[in-house]
Amino acid sequence: MGIKLLLANDHIEGIRFYDAYRKNGGYSAAEKALKLAAGDIVEEVKKSGLRGRGGAGFPTGLKWSFLAKPEGVPRYLVCNADESEPGTFKDRYLMEFIPHLLIEGMIIASYALGSNRAYIYIRGEYAWIVDILEQAIAEANQNGFLGKNILGTGFDCQIYVQRGAGAYICGEETALIESLEGKRGNPRIKPPFPAVKGLWDSPTVVNNVETLAAVVPIMNMGGTEYARIGVGKSTGTKLISACGNINKPGVYEIDMTISVEEFIYSDEYCGGIANGKQLKACIPGGSSVPILPANLLLKTAKGEPRMMNYESLSDGGFATGSMMGSGGFEVLDEDQCIVRHTLSLARFYHHESCGQCSPCREGTGWMKRILHNIEYGKGKMSDIDLLWDIQRNIEGNTICPLGDAAAWPVAAAIRHFRDEFEWHVLNPEDCLKSNYGIGRYAEPLETA
Amino acid sequence: MALQFSQLQLDKVQEIIQRYPEGRQKSALIPVLHIAQEEFGGWLDVPVMDYVAELLGITPIEVYEVASFYSMYNLKPVGKFVFEVCQTGPCMVRGSDGIIDYIKNKLGIDVGGTTQDGLFTLKTVECLGACGYAPMMQLGKHYKEHLTPERVDAIIEECRNFSAINN
Repeated sequence: MGIKLLLANDHIEGIRFYDAYRKNGGYSAAEKALKLAAGDIVEEVKKSGLRGRGGAGFPTGLKWSFLAKPEGVPRYLVCNADESEPGTFKDRYLMEFIPHLLIEGMIIASYALGSNRAYIYIRGEYAWIVDILEQAIAEANQNGFLGKNILGTGFDCQIYVQRGAGAYICGEETALIESLEGKRGNPRIKPPFPAVKGLWDSPTVVNNVETLAAVVPIMNMGGTEYARIGVGKSTGTKLISACGNINKPGVYEIDMTISVEEFIYSDEYCGGIANGKQLKACIPGGSSVPILPANLLLKTAKGEPRMMNYESLSDGGFATGSMMGSGGFEVLDEDQCIVRHTLSLARFYHHESCGQCSPCREGTGWMKRILHNIEYGKGKMSDIDLLWDIQRNIEGNTICPLGDAAAWPVAAAIRHFRDEFEWHVLNPEDCLKSNYGIGRYAEPLETA
Repeated sequence: MALQFSQLQLDKVQEIIQRYPEGRQKSALIPVLHIAQEEFGGWLDVPVMDYVAELLGITPIEVYEVASFYSMYNLKPVGKFVFEVCQTGPCMVRGSDGIIDYIKNKLGIDVGGTTQDGLFTLKTVECLGACGYAPMMQLGKHYKEHLTPERVDAIIEECRNFSAINN
């Protein structure tokens, strides 16, 4: 069994409510933190090496230390609970089953940042979780962990839940801020960064749910101890939401020292490929990150076992590696068609593009239509190069990373599965009836 | 008939406005549109949006541009029960295409269509964050997960019964 920090108590009955959470050590981190100076908490988080768990992996302590502190201007903490990256459902699990962990983390972060008003921006579809969070906030208020003069420290803090209304783009922090201001979720040009000019033009920190929850064990055990878990710059534990063609889809907490192979085949985690099929490919960090064929997923190009951490998953760059991303781990078996799957993702990004930048607004639509043609037997060989050209012209040419996120899956699919695209073009009659299969990609697995 | 929230809803709107600093009541727009959609027939007609604009002291265009941006707001009438079936990659590899086809055949409607009795609308949506419990759909406030044709049948039956009792 690996180390569990966030999900250590998720099996305890009633842990969703204050009493059980408190009885099992809950809010001790807040008690400890509120006795410290705000700057000391930021230092602890820096020492922990915690990296943003939403996808970008930016060091949290550093992000906090960038927050501007002009006199007389309010500062805001915003929790990004807009979890919308296909393959990702870990924040939902945390909020649904252990909401107080997030609330406690937000109290500590608010105190550290000097924010008296914090918001949880949750995706609109998680409607029932809003009730769970509001219940937890009410309980924290009743027990003196929120409200005025918390624990007699003179610190006031209130947390509010804001529901979105269906827009992937609002997971981008400046789009989220726009949405929280009651506008369309159009990302802002940076700089200025939210740390200087964010919500209502005030300095703002936006952190992912899991990031804020991780502040609790960091305060409990100390940043240095937390940093001892894991390997290199992948410190602490990470929630992985595993889905696709596996036996045991679900949310798992890992300490980032296990291999991808163990994660997929061990009964403690995914429990192997469903229906006795073979592994074909995997998107290891949410739909935006490059898909990897089985051989490159399990071993790096250097032939070393690939591990479930930030560094190892990105080993080889985009040529032969991928990314940890948001921890949305989607496994595809031998029956899955890469062209069809890529089309599905292209459609997603086209649907979710805010339309502000033309390379993304137009390019995502072109990619979707060309992929549609190839998948439905109407593609030309030149379409494959055209797709490559379009994705290359989207990447890096947009205000926010949605353009990159839309380009990468298409690029990786062509990079690693070009034969499968060509087969679709050459076999227009067959491509809807049968599937290209695993071909040369799935090498025999030692543990299978 | 002039559109009007109930007193309870008006209190809720005031409570939402209090969550933001003075003068920032525009932030209440997205939550208030949710309340309006629920109250006024499951979709946002122009008079409804105008009413919300008036309530929050903003211009109608500020409401229209938001209502048309977010996918959860319906700008056309919908059935009493809206099946929003996820079709993105992770659901697709677990058979969402088959579920969508099954619902189409069962209800005799296409994606985007509403049954003649006004009970059901079928929509396809993009990733709802339930990838581990696929295939799935959203029905009102809740998720229906691990869908199979049998489970879809049961859900349709449940909706019909609910509607019969509450008519």
